[in-house]
Amino acid sequence: MIELDRAGRTFKVKRATVHAVQDLSFSIAPGEFVGYLGPNGAGKSTTIKMLCGILTPSSGTVRVAGLDPSRRRTTLARRIGVVFGQRTTLWWDLPLRDSFDLIRLLYKVDRKVFDARLAELAETLDLGAFLRTPVRQLSLGQRMRGDLTAALLHDPDVLVLDEPTIGLDVVSKASIRAFLARLNAERGTTVLLTTHDLGDIERLCRRVMLIDHGRLAFDGTLEELMASAPGHATIEEVVTHLYTSER
Amino acid sequence: MVRTYLLLAWTWTRAAAAYPASFWLLVVFGCVTGALDLAVILVVFANTTTLGGFSRDEVLFLYGAANLAFTLCDLFVSNLDRISQHIKAGTMDTFLIRPVSPWIQIATDRFVPARFGRVVLAGAVLGYALGALDLDGRRLWMIPVMVGTGIVIFTALWTLAGALQFLLTDAPEVTSAFTYGSQQLTQYPLNVYGRDLVRGATYVLPLAFINWQPGLYVLGRDDPFGTPGFMRFLGPAAALVLALLAGLAWRQGIRRYRSTGS
Repeated sequence: MIELDRAGRTFKVKRATVHAVQDLSFSIAPGEFVGYLGPNGAGKSTTIKMLCGILTPSSGTVRVAGLDPSRRRTTLARRIGVVFGQRTTLWWDLPLRDSFDLIRLLYKVDRKVFDARLAELAETLDLGAFLRTPVRQLSLGQRMRGDLTAALLHDPDVLVLDEPTIGLDVVSKASIRAFLARLNAERGTTVLLTTHDLGDIERLCRRVMLIDHGRLAFDGTLEELMASAPGHATIEEVVTHLYTSER
Repeated sequence: MVRTYLLLAWTWTRAAAAYPASFWLLVVFGCVTGALDLAVILVVFANTTTLGGFSRDEVLFLYGAANLAFTLCDLFVSNLDRISQHIKAGTMDTFLIRPVSPWIQIATDRFVPARFGRVVLAGAVLGYALGALDLDGRRLWMIPVMVGTGIVIFTALWTLAGALQFLLTDAPEVTSAFTYGSQQLTQYPLNVYGRDLVRGATYVLPLAFINWQPGLYVLGRDDPFGTPGFMRFLGPAAALVLALLAGLAWRQGIRRYRSTGS
């Protein structure tokens, strides 16, 4: 579903060349739920932006759902859902429900399919109380549930989440985690999740990838991740160990 | 494409309805700035009978034709020159994850119909000039052609301005020289400017084809700079070449887009 082959992206910053991501190769099969970890500035967001076609790779190849994202961006957009935890993709001044209607038209989703899908998402994410509220008046937790719905209305094969639980309280976090687990299990949606919240990883991801300094530093199951650093009991300790020892 | 444009424009119109005071202020402000440009021409002609050999009504014809094209583009595509703001704020990413051309999304972003007042003003000036001038009926077909050419050229200029902002993210004002600068230049008969400037506006950026060259044909005038007669008809070709270049620059801009942190 997602394939990277020696993908790299460089940025020129004041005449110096920075390798945000280099020689990155991995592949994710349909239906996988993968956690993507790494310290700040390691290249997580750069990777995600290459997957959606926002950034064109400087070297190597990227394939998502069989497409080259930067060349077939608008075609891919119908098959991928993207959530940025740091910023909304909704229309600030419109009621949530109007944003969804607009998404239906932009993604050309059949009205019956859309109505059924929205009803289902509204129920599982408990949107009913604020569907008529303008997005700017929503709380962070409500907005995130709105953003998740917006990313899923066109029933994408792949869902890419960039820090979806950032800044959320424990209750909101729990409801979003439960929702994602169900989505992956019941619909078989492939999910790639970046997060700094290791609870997300423990609760959701069978497979973990760790990126550091733009390179893949670990790729394996959660158990293998724990075993990779003997003497460290919790995931926090293991990840801290990996983040600091890789440097 | 048109459907998507209208859909997004309508969405922003509804969003703007949440701030009615701002809407009406923009309407008033737009009409005042438009009227000021017109007032300058009328003041000039209060003191003289010709400008570069052109009568007041001929100048108003050239002004009206160029400004009708300009104000339509100002209404419908001028938001393209706000790309640098979207790049800095990180909202550019959002446009790129949707299955719709980012060009349409940015052109419609925060679309405000308030600028429509200026279109009406420009159209009224053109209508008045056409009524006041005694034109050769066999040459009137050129008027819709020149307005159409002007729309394509101004749209291409805004697209170029937007594409350049991928490089000039920190100096977006530079690109206004193309758009608002071209509007200022085309308000008067080009022969009031120096020969070199007019050459540049003919062969480098084809601004002379917005209203000057086709306008000379409609008015039945020879070019004071002596360009050959066939130049009057090159507008559509020049507009297409510029549009093509603007399209290529836009593609390059998107491919070179660097996004922002996080």
